[in-house]
Amino acid sequence: MILSNAGFLSLSLGLLSSFAVFLCTVLNIKKNLLNLEKKIYKLLTLQFFLVVIGFLILLYTFIISDFSNETVYNNSHSTKPLFYKVTGLWGNHEGSLLLWLLVLTSFILFFFFSSKDEPKNFRLYTVIFHQIIVIGFFIFVLKTSNPFDILFPIPPEGLGLNPILQDPALAIHPPILYVGYVGTSIIFASALSAMVTGYVNNLWAKNLKKWVLISWTFLTGGILLGSIWAYYELGWGGFWFWDPVENISLIPWLSLTALLHCISTLEKRDLFKNWSIILSIVTFMFSVTGTFLVRSGILNSVHTFANDPSRGIYILIFLFVLIFISFVIFLVFENKNLENKKEIFFLSKETSVLINNWFMIYFLSVVLIGTVYPIFLDVITSEKISVGPPFYNKLLIPFLVPFFLFMSVGPSMSWIKTNLKFKVNYIYYFLLTLVATVITIYFLTQKDFLLIILIFSLVFLSIKTLTNFFKNNTNHAQNLSHLGFAMLMLSILFNSVSSTEIIKNIKVGESFISKNEKITFEDIKTDEKKNYSSIIGTFEIKNNKNKIIKLYPEIRVYNQPVIATSEAAIKTTLFKDRFITINLIKDEQLFNVRYQNKPFMIWIWISTLIIIFGGTFAIFSKKKNYL
Amino acid sequence: MGVLLRFLVKKKITYSFLILVFFVFCFLVFNKALIKDKIYSPEFKNEKTTYLTDFSLPELYSSNYIKLSEVIENEDFSIVNIWASWCVPCREENDLLKSLSSLSSLQIIGINYKDRKKNSIKFLNDYGNPFIYNLVDKDGTESINLGAYGVPETFLINKNRKILLKIIGPINDNDVKHIREIVNG
Repeated sequence: MILSNAGFLSLSLGLLSSFAVFLCTVLNIKKNLLNLEKKIYKLLTLQFFLVVIGFLILLYTFIISDFSNETVYNNSHSTKPLFYKVTGLWGNHEGSLLLWLLVLTSFILFFFFSSKDEPKNFRLYTVIFHQIIVIGFFIFVLKTSNPFDILFPIPPEGLGLNPILQDPALAIHPPILYVGYVGTSIIFASALSAMVTGYVNNLWAKNLKKWVLISWTFLTGGILLGSIWAYYELGWGGFWFWDPVENISLIPWLSLTALLHCISTLEKRDLFKNWSIILSIVTFMFSVTGTFLVRSGILNSVHTFANDPSRGIYILIFLFVLIFISFVIFLVFENKNLENKKEIFFLSKETSVLINNWFMIYFLSVVLIGTVYPIFLDVITSEKISVGPPFYNKLLIPFLVPFFLFMSVGPSMSWIKTNLKFKVNYIYYFLLTLVATVITIYFLTQKDFLLIILIFSLVFLSIKTLTNFFKNNTNHAQNLSHLGFAMLMLSILFNSVSSTEIIKNIKVGESFISKNEKITFEDIKTDEKKNYSSIIGTFEIKNNKNKIIKLYPEIRVYNQPVIATSEAAIKTTLFKDRFITINLIKDEQLFNVRYQNKPFMIWIWISTLIIIFGGTFAIFSKKKNYL
Repeated sequence: MGVLLRFLVKKKITYSFLILVFFVFCFLVFNKALIKDKIYSPEFKNEKTTYLTDFSLPELYSSNYIKLSEVIENEDFSIVNIWASWCVPCREENDLLKSLSSLSSLQIIGINYKDRKKNSIKFLNDYGNPFIYNLVDKDGTESINLGAYGVPETFLINKNRKILLKIIGPINDNDVKHIREIVNG
């Protein structure tokens, strides 16, 4: 109880110190104080440490299972393994906001520390704009979602963490995702500040690119972990459901990708100034909108933590205040950073970046409309609809073909003007692609026109990207990420067209046949673990070459709270995943068995890792021309 | 030149104004969505709205027709829940319905709305089956007769088909509490 009070006190002091940073910067920015930067540096460090103390206290209360704390009581249980006690901290609304605050304050400190060679005024304005966000979130935490609320009398036992959240991938998913989300706040503050101080130039772009890369890489990682969790834990055998919450993480990712390409054009060619600013602002707005939609309970999803309207209204007002501030600043200072009008030659890298941005904005609009349209429709006409995969597939997939083709030629364009010389190589690429496509199509059972041109454009993209590795003066970070992307799309495509599924209701001892494999339900046994008890089935899969694979799918019944989850048993090989889930059928001896063959599943994860690796490579690369 | 400049300034203001109006509109919509009350309690004025119309629909597994007025006589209270396998909120609602299905004087009747048989069986197997009867409303006409707005939608009725509670959209913890209070007296 004393601990919780101390945590609350620490956070309140943290809020005070944020106000101090804000006021100190605002009041002294016009005066040319000598030691101002040092002072702000100290205050920012203080603010960060106060949040760290709050965070550590909450962590400690989780570890010792101090149920006088309401957050711990609601989300932990004394029998939980230590790992999940720790991760339980951010498995709930209050704790995850504290984590958000921690990342937020550490980033501004890091920004201030690492931007020493940039103009003083730019740094100070960035701190001012960023502090508005920090203060906003501090008040949000303290006022509507205090993680240190006290319960009296002290309950003897906690309510437990939602079992589907008890998964290693999901345990580290929020911190990674938050680094990505919160990184965009620096981009936002820095964009506004650059506008105000007239610093929107190639130097600004060069320094900002680092932050864009950090956010982008972590966001990609966060989305990857979320998908892995969905695949292994939700027991559906899918990895992406077009669930509103997934979409919300995809929207900032798309605008960040657009920004990443745009900002390197600004760096090299002093182009797209206003557009870069707009993208920087919009990216952060989408992150906050995402937070709003997830946390307010407007959307119904596995991620919804709380259905408290006051929280929703707070973020909503905060979001629109931020939109208003940035809108006004944009209008007032737009002229200060006028573009020097430059002609863009149509065969140039500038054009390809522009085309990339058009596609990104199109994809973004589709996902955004699919996500918020049901809300608008509900409010205006009281009609409830849910937008599902068919909508996204119809609107997105046809546009992927030109996108892939542009993506394959874009990186080989040069700045300003590309001299198109006819090379014999191109014929080889084309023929190679054609042959590879024909071979691929031969092995696929499903053949339609769209699929064929999709495969063709993807194979072309892969071959073209591969050849880029062998060029002189090439950007390996970019090549890696593009190659990873091509592989990701290919694996998703193969996975979605050639996955098979069989659903059977069978008893122990029975078997069924799927294609050339015989699946036998051999045995069932029960097991008791610390935080759940489980029913484990034993399955034998025998193919026509008499190779035997054993799989053990599980039904877990968690004790705190009592929820049954179905744990898939997955046998991963290089070419396909075999996936079995079992479910109980009410009052019967039968088990519902789902057996799925999912080709190239592992390649979806590997190729996303390659994309992430490309991003990491670019962050740590010393060479300047790396995107 | 001056005219042109003034025109540009004016245009900028018009644009800004329109954009601001758009933002305000978004704000209002989100705000309304937040505070929108999703529970509808019927007013006891005329017979039509306060009593659920009787219907008979085929059962999912057996395809035998089941008449509502006959099956609700078995228990003091019945919940009629309209759901579909393609409806995402129904997946979460399912757990809450399961928690209600243990109540002794309550039975839960599911109406499967505009759905494929294969998908709905898969849904029940994946997420669990809280329903004592699974009725199928293939073309959605009976659900419209009941006055349903969409899926999911939940009615709490008594033996006489009197509507005690109607919840549009997925039920939440508060609704469950509310239902428990009514059922337990």
